Amino acid sequence: MSNVGIVIVSHSPLVAEGTADMVRQMVGDEVPLAWCGGNGHGGLGTNVEAIMGAIDKAWSEAGVAILVDLGGAETNSEMAVEMIGEPRAHKIIVCNAPIVEGAVMAATEASGGASLREVVATAHELSPS
Amino acid sequence: MSPGTLDKTGTMDKVDLKTLISATADTIAAHADELTALDQAIGDGDHGLNMKRGFEAVRAEAEAFAAKPLPEALKAIGTKLVMTVGGASGPLFGTLFMALGKGISAEPDHANLEAAFGKAIEAVAARGKSQVGQKTMLDVLKPVHDAVLQGKTGAEIADVADNAAAATVPMKALRGRASFLGDRSIGHMDAGGRSVALLVRAVVESIEGQA
Repeated sequence: MSNVGIVIVSHSPLVAEGTADMVRQMVGDEVPLAWCGGNGHGGLGTNVEAIMGAIDKAWSEAGVAILVDLGGAETNSEMAVEMIGEPRAHKIIVCNAPIVEGAVMAATEASGGASLREVVATAHELSPS
Repeated sequence: MSPGTLDKTGTMDKVDLKTLISATADTIAAHADELTALDQAIGDGDHGLNMKRGFEAVRAEAEAFAAKPLPEALKAIGTKLVMTVGGASGPLFGTLFMALGKGISAEPDHANLEAAFGKAIEAVAARGKSQVGQKTMLDVLKPVHDAVLQGKTGAEIADVADNAAAATVPMKALRGRASFLGDRSIGHMDAGGRSVALLVRAVVESIEGQA
């Protein structure tokens, strides 16, 4: 698929999956979408390996925008991007935006064929600068 | 200069990595409940369990790590921590070891250790978008690095680490989950800082014990 992919990373698998449901309701199958949540041991948290897997699943040559909830989700996502490395890393951006609104807005933008830069900018508009 | 001390003039090539790994995993396991209690006070309460999971995972592969040259071993340990600790501590402690591995030589002298440790602290600061004074692990790492630069003994360095962890108590958290509490974060020790102090004491006592 040529549209930008969206990855949702929450501490809670329920939040991540629910957010993904809301994205799907808006854009159907028009954007590659993946989510992950939880520490991999049944508890709340985020997990680098799971994030790398979600990025693979939502991978698009147009790039991937990641929406995160709290700090650890951001730190772990940035770590995952670094571990994936080039040539893909520069096409993966962790957005500074509220996770639910950001994911829905970014995916809607992506579904129209927008570039990664445009998708990320749309998500960032939701955050007070 | 006897091998295996932190003496400023010597090398540290006689340090047995397996013993070091075991010592760090032991101290984290012994203090896991305390770390969790610290994190419950002003964080999300998973620090002790997460650190224990990570260091036990490192211990489980200690043999393989110890067979590698020191730089490769530290990088592999860092990667293992990133993959197993979970939570924000995973990438932060993982980055510390990965960056240390990047900067250290196979048989480090004191100058090399000073430089590599300094770079590793910078990498942790970049990863956490944080700096000294924000009630984080950096508030223990930095004084420990200063103590190493000053050529202090292992016992002195361990005391510096403990004192630095204690000094996070009156600080107000400006990074991490504790920062959500604002002034209410004052009066509690930073769990990440406490973990660093535990690791530092385990490492220096282990190194000097091997001397």
